[in-house]
Amino acid sequence: MSNIPDDLRYAPTHEWIRKNDDGTATVGISDHAQYALGDIVFVELPEIGSTINAKDEVAVVESVKAASDIYSPVSGVIAAINNELLDAPETVNSSPYQDGWFFKVTIANEGELLKLMDKDSYSTHCEDE
Amino acid sequence: MPINYGSQIKEHNQVRSAAGVFDVSHMTVIDVSGEEAEKYLRYLLANDVAKLKETGHALYSTMLNHEGNVLDDLIVYHMTFGYRLVTNCATRTKVMRWMIHHTSGFGVSVEERPRLAILAVHGPQSIDKVCEILSDEYTQRIRKLSNFKGIELENWFVARTGYTGEKGLEFIFPASEASEFWDSLLEADIKPIGLAARDTLRLEAGMNLYGQDMDESTSPLAANLEKTIAYQPTDREFIGKPALIAHKLLRDEGKLPQLVGLVLEGRGVLREGQKVVTDKGNGFITSGSFSPTLKQSIALARIPINSESCKVDLRGTLTSVRIVKPNFVRFGKKVFE
Repeated sequence: MSNIPDDLRYAPTHEWIRKNDDGTATVGISDHAQYALGDIVFVELPEIGSTINAKDEVAVVESVKAASDIYSPVSGVIAAINNELLDAPETVNSSPYQDGWFFKVTIANEGELLKLMDKDSYSTHCEDE
Repeated sequence: MPINYGSQIKEHNQVRSAAGVFDVSHMTVIDVSGEEAEKYLRYLLANDVAKLKETGHALYSTMLNHEGNVLDDLIVYHMTFGYRLVTNCATRTKVMRWMIHHTSGFGVSVEERPRLAILAVHGPQSIDKVCEILSDEYTQRIRKLSNFKGIELENWFVARTGYTGEKGLEFIFPASEASEFWDSLLEADIKPIGLAARDTLRLEAGMNLYGQDMDESTSPLAANLEKTIAYQPTDREFIGKPALIAHKLLRDEGKLPQLVGLVLEGRGVLREGQKVVTDKGNGFITSGSFSPTLKQSIALARIPINSESCKVDLRGTLTSVRIVKPNFVRFGKKVFE
């Protein structure tokens, strides 16, 4: 059973999002997703300042097994990226919810957060896959 | 054999740096005995078992069909009773049928040995660690083995063969003893390694995977295996030989592709099935992965012969890759230029 923190919201494509106090939100991939991908060897990140829409492909994660797109759960502007992942992509495996975050986005429409899944819905979503 | 026991990269690095054990009992063991066993295998295999002067000696060979394409690849050991072949798992039914069919006219017996287990222990520390748990008598004899040599120890067979590019041993022995031996290997700090790491290890070593880098439609000449074909002595006839002569002519006309190694210097991962665009035409990747040892992506690809420049379609972007000899890592070290 994978770890699903209850203070995050989740997209059906297995990204998590954490609302910060400064109007941004942090995005990463879930424990379930990192486990399914296996050892992650490369991460491509978006450019800071780029405007993105919810469900846009904004990053790529490549594991030994497969390449996978990362979609933004919300619309906004990229405020920060986790450059540490470029040299240590395995951090996504070891710390998917903390050190393994991908990017921060300045949220354009907070209402989009409410459309995402909570812990229980996401847990059911993973079991149904 | 599971895909992985934990992290496949850790398992891979374990074999390159220390020692790991693979349970490869799924592979097929076939014993060939009888007065004409050598004559039969010299006809059946593209490599020549007459090279195996002493018992215990091993040889890699392809088994070709009449079109000169690869029916299977295998290791053959010269045993006191005759010969032992270790062939692939997925090819078992067709290979047994093929071998039995071709016994006609030869004084041989061909017997599959499903009750034998195979454990492969590989890595720089593999032999030292194995020797910690075996008797002094066995240890002395095992330490004397050189590469591609084996020894029969009662009903066990131990050989310096493998599929990783590291030194190591393969044990072929009664399956009833496998569980106990497995446990004792783990107690000697030899770690279990899964199928995923086996695949990246063999890819780094530039070894083909049957069914992926070659199959019944592939000439060994298009699979980097010409050096495993014994054209000498010229009076030896073997299945597929006339077709191979035709393949050589095709190759001389530039009409037979070649299997090469590819290296991606930048970020990204080369993967099986990706299209390869060269200055001489198109090809495709047969095996591709991230190399945990080199920390960059490597691949085997079948491309037009004499290709000089090469690009791979990486998720829609044509990306330059380097063509190298298909041998990337030996004994933990990079080997290509």
